[in-house]
Amino acid sequence: MSASTVHAVTRVTQRRVFVSEWTKLRSVRSTRYALLAAVVLTIALAAIFSGVIVTHWLHMRPQEKAGFNPLEASLVGLNFAQLALGVLGVLVISAEYSTGMIRASFSAVPKRLPVLWAKAGVFATVTLVLMVPSALVAFFVSQSILSGQHIQIAFSHAGVARAVIGASLYLTVLSVFALGLGAIVRNTAGGIAALAGILFVLPGIMHVLPQSWNDAISPYLPSNAGQQIMSIVREPNTLAPWTGFAVFCGYTVVVMAIAAVLLVRRDT
Amino acid sequence: MIEAHGLTKNYGKKRAVDDLSFAVRPGVVTGFLGPNGSGKSTTMRLILGLDAPNAGDVTVNGKHFREHPAPLHEVGALLEARSVHTGRSAYNHLLALAQTHGIRRRRVDELVEFVGLGEVARKRVGQFSLGMGQRLGIASALLGDPGILLLDEPANGLDPEGIHWIRNLLRDLAQEGRTVFVSSHLMSEMALMADHLIVIGRGRLVADTSVEAFVHGASKKLVRVRTPQATELRELLLGPEVTVTGGERGLLEIAGLSAEQVGTTAAAHGVVLHELTPINASLEEAFMELTRDAVEFQAETTLQELEEEEVVA
Repeated sequence: MSASTVHAVTRVTQRRVFVSEWTKLRSVRSTRYALLAAVVLTIALAAIFSGVIVTHWLHMRPQEKAGFNPLEASLVGLNFAQLALGVLGVLVISAEYSTGMIRASFSAVPKRLPVLWAKAGVFATVTLVLMVPSALVAFFVSQSILSGQHIQIAFSHAGVARAVIGASLYLTVLSVFALGLGAIVRNTAGGIAALAGILFVLPGIMHVLPQSWNDAISPYLPSNAGQQIMSIVREPNTLAPWTGFAVFCGYTVVVMAIAAVLLVRRDT
Repeated sequence: MIEAHGLTKNYGKKRAVDDLSFAVRPGVVTGFLGPNGSGKSTTMRLILGLDAPNAGDVTVNGKHFREHPAPLHEVGALLEARSVHTGRSAYNHLLALAQTHGIRRRRVDELVEFVGLGEVARKRVGQFSLGMGQRLGIASALLGDPGILLLDEPANGLDPEGIHWIRNLLRDLAQEGRTVFVSSHLMSEMALMADHLIVIGRGRLVADTSVEAFVHGASKKLVRVRTPQATELRELLLGPEVTVTGGERGLLEIAGLSAEQVGTTAAAHGVVLHELTPINASLEEAFMELTRDAVEFQAETTLQELEEEEVVA
């Protein structure tokens, strides 16, 4: 055995870096746990919430019944899924910094950007491939439970297909958004804090502002804009589904652009 | 071939590497010697483009590292701070790095066996001992069959058998015509491993010399004696902690006694001495002397003085 069996010289390509990042993603436990949590929570919470509604339906007050949206019961688990996927998105890159792996990664791919694109591409693909079926299963399971009281909504109902598939699209873009934040902050705790602050805390504190400001700003916050695609009821001061989704995509492009510039410029 | 010209790197107000110029040539093991914190690891990061210099330039085979189409084939690196995700198995770590260059799985299998990690390759790296981590680092450095090896403190955490193994490995790699650049803060380690030495202190170049010249100037703590009664003196001096070598033409080298002790013993027994010379510096002392807060040219003078002292003696 020798240290130097002769091998053909092969160059780094974007496709090869994709393959490498897929190996990295699938070979750590946190990936499996986070993805499992996203899938299970999406389906299980939809089923549990629908079950609770069905058993209590006869005791619910008329105004409660009037306000009930069967689609929301199907998509309730996605709120948790976005947390699991967001944390994983941050970890995909921040863990490389905390362990020092990033130095090995950048020694193999010193141009660096192919690593960022590959991480985002691989993680987005995995999220999409898992969450489209999960959202569909969650929808059909919960609607079949709701049909026990004949309060289900059909997949063919206007906007429902868009909302269910759109939920997976929102989570996919959110994965990339989180990964970009992780690349900017380079620290797991900081990245998760930034993500939670932007997605969950910011929308909740807007009511402190004067109403006119709140109405002007709130629709354009990343999570508010992005989640319009999951809704079939257009509330006042919200963006149209695809408009909102486009705005969220815009934020993600900006975050990734900042991440890319910093990735190339900063010392490792 | 690694070439650095006026390489300078600041971290905040601290200057980690200061106007460093050197060349590392193929075919020999070049030791990169300096105390902890003298800028060795920073220099290695600058070579790999992980950090950008504030001034100066460093190239690898004539190009910046980042411009090579197959970087792992140019430079294999083992960095001092472990650069491995602790949650991943050794095998998958190597596989992920190999895949960036389309290197086959067979090469990964080969290297896992070669560095002696065959039985633990599927274990998470977080459970590895320091020595196993070093072996994994060496495997990843060799993945792309590189012409240049950059190893930061490779002997750290290795047992004596491991150190022996890596010493032979580096020698073999250099004999195959590769450029081997190995850092250490231990002079004794470098004396065994390297052919050529680049010594730095406080980020500045202190010496760029062959190990032979360095050792010649600063061998072990000895007392050199010339006497017509060599055999008699040898008998008088020998003891449990004392070794006496030589004897040709009345020249003895005594280890384990000071010049005063040798002189006193000789006088007490009426042995005539023609010469009594303490050879002062040990390798470590010479190295420490070189890398002390002294500015560059003074340190170089010290090395010359050491050599002159040897010549005079």
